[in-house]
Amino acid sequence: MFRPKTRYVALPSPRAGVGEEVDRLTCPKCDTSLEPARLTAALGVCYRCGYHFRLRAPERVSMLVEPGSFREEDQSIVAKDVLGFKDSQPYTKRIEQSRAATGANEAVIWGEAVLAGHRLVVVCLDFAFMGGSMGAATGEKITNGIERALQNRLPLLIISASGGARMQEGMLSLMQLAKTSAALGRLNAAGIPYVSLLTDPTMGGVTASFASLGDVIIAEPGAMIGFAGARVIQQATYETLPEGFQTAEFLWQHGMIDLVVPRPELPAVLRQLLDLYARNGVAGDFALERQAETPAPAPVIPR
Amino acid sequence: MSDNGSVAAATWEQVELARHPDRPYALDYIHAIFSDFFELHGDRVFGDDHAIIGGPAAIDKQTVMVIAQQKGRTTAERAMRNFGMANPEGYRKALRLIRQAERFQFPVVAFVDTSGAFPGAGAEERGIAWAIADNLVALSQARVPIVTLVIGEGGSGGALGIGVGDRLLMMEHSIYSVAMPEACASILWRDIARKVEAADALKLTANDLKRLGLADEIVPEPPGGAHNDYGVATDAAGAALRRHLGALEAIDIDRLVEERYQRYRKIGA
Repeated sequence: MFRPKTRYVALPSPRAGVGEEVDRLTCPKCDTSLEPARLTAALGVCYRCGYHFRLRAPERVSMLVEPGSFREEDQSIVAKDVLGFKDSQPYTKRIEQSRAATGANEAVIWGEAVLAGHRLVVVCLDFAFMGGSMGAATGEKITNGIERALQNRLPLLIISASGGARMQEGMLSLMQLAKTSAALGRLNAAGIPYVSLLTDPTMGGVTASFASLGDVIIAEPGAMIGFAGARVIQQATYETLPEGFQTAEFLWQHGMIDLVVPRPELPAVLRQLLDLYARNGVAGDFALERQAETPAPAPVIPR
Repeated sequence: MSDNGSVAAATWEQVELARHPDRPYALDYIHAIFSDFFELHGDRVFGDDHAIIGGPAAIDKQTVMVIAQQKGRTTAERAMRNFGMANPEGYRKALRLIRQAERFQFPVVAFVDTSGAFPGAGAEERGIAWAIADNLVALSQARVPIVTLVIGEGGSGGALGIGVGDRLLMMEHSIYSVAMPEACASILWRDIARKVEAADALKLTANDLKRLGLADEIVPEPPGGAHNDYGVATDAAGAALRRHLGALEAIDIDRLVEERYQRYRKIGA
């Protein structure tokens, strides 16, 4: 299956210029030659056919949260080559190259931010960095984000874009599925809302862990979302895959996600969800406030 | 290079032993170690998946909940077991058994033996990733002791979907990997033929996992591998399971669940 390379687009942001800087862009879906300025104004959505270009994590975050409100954490957590892994080149070299090419330190950024007046924790994966793959450092940052949401009782938004586990970190990568899921289990038990936003592509171990554990799961139109890749499925089963297999719309039809949301509507949808799920702060705060309103029972003094 | 080559060849031998067609499978261990295994069927949602089996069983007058990935030996059985590759129904049946184990305070014993979850269109339609993720949460929070024993292949999220617990034991010639070597070679080199190299790079043997601090104990197998003497292999597995279950049951359940959280929390921290 042929896929043109140009799938990222730069948006106005503190990190503008990280994405493609070319005179004209071709839409991978409708082949229309697009003006970058117009495409940027359209938030990276093809103004002809609605194709959603991929976004870099900093651009994605600044598109959604109130300007200047995002405080990035854990910038110093970086991948380590614990296994001494080497494919066509050593893993350490791959990490260096990814850093140089993307200007990012890892495949995820996270921090507290404000969205529609709500304080929240935002975790955002970056597919441009080694396919958004989940290494130990990636899993550590995501888990730190989840634990911050738990500690500060803040709603959580995780924006996924990942090919899955990071082969170069072997079992240390796989165990991040368990680690992030266990942390989300605690968040869930504490009654703190988690919105999972799935973007193109979200596959493999990321789908089989934190990405599918949202209280509400939304996805961008046309995003590829699944566990096994289409190529693997065809090789294993020789099945003819239906039209639109593993797209956001396909998953919605099968009841796996709540809503497909075009990019320009994301801020409004997130605002509505935060208003509903995090009214008066998250559930825990609400319960505490209610408790404070109720007169305290007379103390029982043991004799 | 020849040295690297021989190391890689030795790793590949482990992969082939882990996949040996005569190797004891889950039911061989279950029948040897437990009495009164009562297999429960179905996920109560869609169907019954024969790649994941389970139910209550007795060991030393105590009931435990057994959850296991089962491969087939004959052609017909292999097809019935879907080569040990579970669909969402298998993981949802496992979830049903985890919940039941909690309700009746049965410790959970999980036998892992799969090359991975089934890569099929139906599995995707019915949310295989969702089913696995739900189990990761349920196992991480279950208020009963959980011991996992990898008996053959531990493949990726499909293995982890029944593999989160308080102790990870591995049979001497079992493997556990983020992806099977063929899949890894296909992803990194776009060439399945480089599976031997991939197997070595992935660090997937029982020894590797012990060295990485992920496996707690390696259960010895008879010379040449478990297929040479089922009795020796299942006795060793049974003894190790008894020992770890005994130790875990002495731990206060709040502490045990906290320790389980920290066990995963510290990986890569």
